[in-house]
Amino acid sequence: MLPEAIEAMTEQLGLVGNASSLHATGRRVRRVVEESRETIADTLGARPSEVVFTSGGTEADNLAVKGLYWARRPRKRLLISSIEHHAALDPAHWLADSQGAQVELLEVDELGRVHPDTLRAAIARDPDDVAMISVMWANNEVGTVQPVHLLAAIAHDSGIPFHTDAVQAVGQLPVSFADSGADALTVTGHKVGGPLGVGALLLARGQTPVSVMHGGGQERDVRSGTLDGPAIAGLAAAVRVAVKEQQALSRRLTELREDLIQRVRQAVPDVVLNGDPADRLPGNAHFSFPGCEGDALLMLLDAKGVECSTGSACSAGVAQPSHVLLAMGADAAAARGSLRFSLGHTSTQDDVDRLIEVLPAAVERARRAGLS
Amino acid sequence: MGLRVLAAMSGGVDSAVAAARIAEAGHDVTGVHLALSANPQSHRTGARGCCTVEDSRDARRAADVIGIPFYIWDMAERFQRDVVDDFVAEYAAGRTPNPCLRCNEKIKFSAVLDRALALGFDAVATGHHARLVDGVLSRSADQGKDQSYVLGVLTREQLGHAIFPLGDSTKAEVREEAARRGLTVADKPDSHDICFIADGDTRGFLAKRLGAAEGPIVDQEGEVVGNHHGAHGFTIGQRKGLHIDRPAADGRPRYVLSIEPVSNTVTVGPRAALEVTSITCVRPVWNGPTEPTGLTEPAAPGGLVAPDELKVQLRAHGEVYGCRFEETAEGLLITLDRPATGVAAGQAAVLYSGETVIGSATIAAAV
Repeated sequence: MLPEAIEAMTEQLGLVGNASSLHATGRRVRRVVEESRETIADTLGARPSEVVFTSGGTEADNLAVKGLYWARRPRKRLLISSIEHHAALDPAHWLADSQGAQVELLEVDELGRVHPDTLRAAIARDPDDVAMISVMWANNEVGTVQPVHLLAAIAHDSGIPFHTDAVQAVGQLPVSFADSGADALTVTGHKVGGPLGVGALLLARGQTPVSVMHGGGQERDVRSGTLDGPAIAGLAAAVRVAVKEQQALSRRLTELREDLIQRVRQAVPDVVLNGDPADRLPGNAHFSFPGCEGDALLMLLDAKGVECSTGSACSAGVAQPSHVLLAMGADAAAARGSLRFSLGHTSTQDDVDRLIEVLPAAVERARRAGLS
Repeated sequence: MGLRVLAAMSGGVDSAVAAARIAEAGHDVTGVHLALSANPQSHRTGARGCCTVEDSRDARRAADVIGIPFYIWDMAERFQRDVVDDFVAEYAAGRTPNPCLRCNEKIKFSAVLDRALALGFDAVATGHHARLVDGVLSRSADQGKDQSYVLGVLTREQLGHAIFPLGDSTKAEVREEAARRGLTVADKPDSHDICFIADGDTRGFLAKRLGAAEGPIVDQEGEVVGNHHGAHGFTIGQRKGLHIDRPAADGRPRYVLSIEPVSNTVTVGPRAALEVTSITCVRPVWNGPTEPTGLTEPAAPGGLVAPDELKVQLRAHGEVYGCRFEETAEGLLITLDRPATGVAAGQAAVLYSGETVIGSATIAAAV
């Protein structure tokens, strides 16, 4: 966590109070919450009333996808990119399985991009029946940045609400809710150096998704539940610092990432870089290592003190080939032989050097173990 | 100077304590849970081991307490092919397989061991109750929990890369130690024998896969005395569940004597007809201190195996018989010192010198 976020949060932790209460303590907490709301709005190009606090990215995605779909019934079509995070994709599939939604996955090219024409053509098949559209700002696995502004404009031409999951983008790319044209945008705390368990859905005025959480009517009656003052204060501090430092961080990480990519290519000549080589998250490098199993490579690198991920970090079950890579046209073997290296504000040149030092031996060993 | 050890962790108490012991002994231990089912059941009351998401969480929790890295290896395809399909095929052929033994032979100490060695590990450790000293396998200190029988099929090469840290302990000691170490699986119920048959209904499991083909139950004279719904539902020596409504002429209980899959015939007869003293076996594996070289007596270095120390066990937790054996063109001919009943083709005959395993072979027929 960023020191500013820890400070803002711990300052509030010792104080009790419910932001919805009318007494003095309640008013004090409310002031913290509302100032945090204003900070986030100001930093991300939104109005304060457009900030709906949630328990994190997953809840914000659920609220956007399910809530906007329900609000637009009896329209049935839900257009969503095939490379979304499960937090958006699974609610869509759930709507299809149990609510009669007609979910249509938007194809991506081999770099993981949704083309404006793809969206245009999908809408055109029956524009009046489209309930909502969701395409993430930047992909969490392969790092590819989507042409969100163009896609939002196309959605608006047909009067369809457009949601974007910007969890990966905030703090790494310039993000303005107003400029993006999106009607709903997901942000989460722990990806910007803030606390876990808190996030927000930026929700344009005039959009009233059906609630996922019913109760006391907080947050525009869209998301009930007592507001978590300390976490919200931490989130606001993190968003403020992350956005202020975004440009500098982005420049530094891009340089580090390019060095990493170039040296990984030298060390393992047949490696394949996945995602858009230019238009990608500054801190993301995602590779397929032919003949290796990602899990084996991860274990060998972990043993040498290098931490990385296969696909997206996920539940305790058996690793499945990444739906993102499969959607980009990779075969199952290539998908299983993939690893993501993420760089963030604590990453240094030493980390990259260390990776390059241990990678060749790990790859050789993983190859010998094969794709068993 | 410690070894790099892969600890196979099922989510049960034995493998958790086994991993804790080798880590404490100074080895570099990595915990691995084997995902053996392609469609793991999320939660089940009364865990039976190996197949549930709950088991994998228990294993991960134990690894966290011990303080070792933990991964899940997907072995579902191999397990399906080498254990489950093999189990069904063996029954279809009229034999009685032991899937735990097959899993040790083909999965834990083959697929997993090979991969572990390729990844730079020196050995695979499990929570089996058996002793292993200098690559020589012998019975557990806990006679009631001894699992040397289901490990008796392993080759010297496989045993050379195995570690069984629990061999000198009783199950009660293992549970007590788990509690002392703060492992939450300390009082988890023991796993069931066949982990992939969740409800324990082996006959139903086989019927679903092999179909219910009606066939005759005959006596030793060939006279039809009843009908069955699939020969695979029977095991040699089985007495219950025959559903024969005519009593035998001598009024004595009848037992399954043989199963003939091609004609789908089950033969029954008196207990005396079940008794065998000679058994032919195929595919012998010699994994003891040294290979027997003589044809009729097992010779060992310096006459290590005294003939009256030679024993054989014919099924898991089964009785132990004194024996002699000779090597034949097909494998082995084992002669027991007294009649055994319920000897089923497909089971392993594991040979011991006293408490020490010297080899094994697959039972082909009683002669």
